[in-house]
Amino acid sequence: MSLLEVDDLSVTYRIAAGDVPAVRGVSLSLDAGEALGLAGESGSGKSSVAMALLRLLPRSARLDGRVLLDGEDVLAMKWGRLRAVRWSAASIVFQGAQHGLNPVQRIGDQIAEPLLVHRLASGAQASARVRELLEQVGLPTWRARSYPHELSGGQRQRVMIAMALACSPRLIIADEPTTALDLMVQAQVLTLIRRLIAEHDISLLMISHDLSVLADVCDRLAVMYAGRLVEAGPSSGEFRHPYSQALAAAFPTVGDPASRLAPRGLAGDPPDPQQLPGGCAFHPRCPVALESCSSTPVDLRPAGERRTAACVLVGEDRARGN
Amino acid sequence: MLEATEVAVEFASRGRRARAVDGVNLSIGAGEIVALVGESGCGKTTLARTLLGLERPTSGQVSYDGTPLSYTGRRLRAFRRQVQLVLQDPMGSLNPRQTVYEAVAEGPRIHGLPDEEEVVASALSRAGLRPPERFFLRYPHELSGGQRQRVVIAGALALSPKLLIADEPVASLDASVRGEILALLLRLRDELGLAALVVTHDLGLAWNIADRVAVMYLGRIVESGSTEEVLTNPQHPYTQALLSVLPESPQRIVLSGEPPDPTRIPTGCRFHPRCQLVAAGKGADACHTTPLPVLPPTTTGSEVACHLAQVPTPR
Ligand SMILES: Nc1ncnc2c1ncn2[C@@H]1O[C@H](COP(=O)(O)OP(=O)(O)OP(=O)(O)O)[C@@H](O)[C@H]1O
Ligand SMILES: Nc1ncnc2c1ncn2[C@@H]1O[C@H](COP(=O)(O)OP(=O)(O)OP(=O)(O)O)[C@@H](O)[C@H]1O
Ligand code: SF4
Ligand SMILES: [Mg+2]
Ligand SMILES: [Mg+2]
Repeated sequence: MSLLEVDDLSVTYRIAAGDVPAVRGVSLSLDAGEALGLAGESGSGKSSVAMALLRLLPRSARLDGRVLLDGEDVLAMKWGRLRAVRWSAASIVFQGAQHGLNPVQRIGDQIAEPLLVHRLASGAQASARVRELLEQVGLPTWRARSYPHELSGGQRQRVMIAMALACSPRLIIADEPTTALDLMVQAQVLTLIRRLIAEHDISLLMISHDLSVLADVCDRLAVMYAGRLVEAGPSSGEFRHPYSQALAAAFPTVGDPASRLAPRGLAGDPPDPQQLPGGCAFHPRCPVALESCSSTPVDLRPAGERRTAACVLVGEDRARGN
Repeated sequence: MLEATEVAVEFASRGRRARAVDGVNLSIGAGEIVALVGESGCGKTTLARTLLGLERPTSGQVSYDGTPLSYTGRRLRAFRRQVQLVLQDPMGSLNPRQTVYEAVAEGPRIHGLPDEEEVVASALSRAGLRPPERFFLRYPHELSGGQRQRVVIAGALALSPKLLIADEPVASLDASVRGEILALLLRLRDELGLAALVVTHDLGLAWNIADRVAVMYLGRIVESGSTEEVLTNPQHPYTQALLSVLPESPQRIVLSGEPPDPTRIPTGCRFHPRCQLVAAGKGADACHTTPLPVLPPTTTGSEVACHLAQVPTPR
């Protein structure tokens, strides 16, 4: 059975200027021990999905749909149960959270806090656990006594991962865990994440705008555009949706003659969620759009081996006949 | 055109001296795009600021068209017109209360250029904001991230410079927008002969647009040469490690340890404490004891600062 089952999830922010439909009917599932990557450009709704899974959205947000975590409906949970689940079953590494570490508290105390608050450990047990966690994320144990400003960006990100691991969750949601880190430090953090999920059989939902980062760690990839999933499939396969393809082409392969002196992007601007185009929301920027794309919405449809894509140009026939 | 000779820049840092740039030779020819790559804190921005005359080298010199930079008066002003800076984070470098027109007109006003409106309009349209009049009265928050970066580039173009120095020009932009901005830099080079030094830690970006790549480690350039050579046949262990962590690379060399500290530059080869060859016992004694010379500026061949590297024969 899936550890996480998301069914027709929608998130709408209510602001003075009206409703912002940030997530519009997203369904996905994640098996135990599986790593799923969620990609898409800024504003496509990735963080909103992540926050919705643990009901961490601001009060201005309306949530619809269903989120089953280990068979239990998160959206229907009572407050107390939800609090317990947030630490013990699933935990989240927030986007940019390494800047949110408390500057005047030693990092060991910050890692121990959830254990103590939720009475999962005594003081001595918590200290032992902190040492164990620091070792797991590759930091020397004396670092427990450091303050955040004494750490580099990569080290702070490791602390965030240690905090997420503290209560041995079965699911970790990591929102842009390596964005803003440079190449070598990013590689260190990704290696760490890969090792931890393999060793502890943890499921991972990892969010990034960088497809190559996701492909590195995840078994499956899902791509969002304007609040919807436009494609989902194994990370080893080829993308079929024109938007995913454009996103992939934007990260050149070093050494590939085709991208040498030929940067590729996507013309046009990301859509405004309050003024979404009709039909397929991607049609104004789509290089291969048909006339019908501007009027007829397109749902996800089979697009090859374990793959679905929301584009009129993909279908079983084309996938097979190519 | 723009040349750094043995440039060093030191800062005082908590009572110690940080050698942020520690002896760099670098030249950028007319119409050439050079990428300066390296990890965070290796001194890229400091070097870029020094090339612009915003920072005075502690030793060494920067010269433009063969003449050493003067740090006072009219000659500096003339230089500042020729060489323009484009910063990362377009939101940070635009004033939120200034319209697009005002932002782009600022440079031409300071330099007293005639026909301001025409200058602004043509800069905007060369930066791909067309028709330019449509953007005149917009404020930064009414633009997308890619459009904001174009406004910053238009501000630089308004002075018809010969060279752009772009510090992480696409780091804060979405993948889909990034390609458009890089294509713009290439087009400006092709159409106007605009040279550029692009500072980045993104090797894909270098592959996308640069003619030459210089790899910086702890204040020094450790390898430089043509983009093809440096990125497909790297000679320095540090360059090899950087390339090995790209997703397409079959075998990873993940260096342990954090970027080193410019107040404590290691003896011998400055890279030796993190060098994978030394770690594997394949280093030479010289790695620990003998510093490497500052690389000469290259315009054709490749240069590598490593005791073990096979320096490719210059062609
Ligand atoms: N609290 C809020 N109130 C109103 N609108 C919001 C709020 N939070 C997010 N939004 C809007 O919802 C949309 C989706 O935002 P979200 O943060 O989920 O995107 P994202 O895909 O995570 O983007 P990024 O890659 O920039 O982190 C955006 O248009 C955003 O402006
Ligand atoms: N004004 C300053 N005073 C003291 N130290 C400084 C100053 N500016 C930079 N440094 C130090 O010099 C070194 C090089 O910094 P620089 O900003 O040039 O690096 P960078 O390569 O641009 O890094 P990034 O990729 O993070 O932008 C760093 O160790 C930095 O802490
Ligand atoms: S000189 Fe020695 S330590 Fe330095 S990069 Fe070469 S092999 Fe490594
Ligand atoms: Mg986000
Ligand atoms: Mg910098």
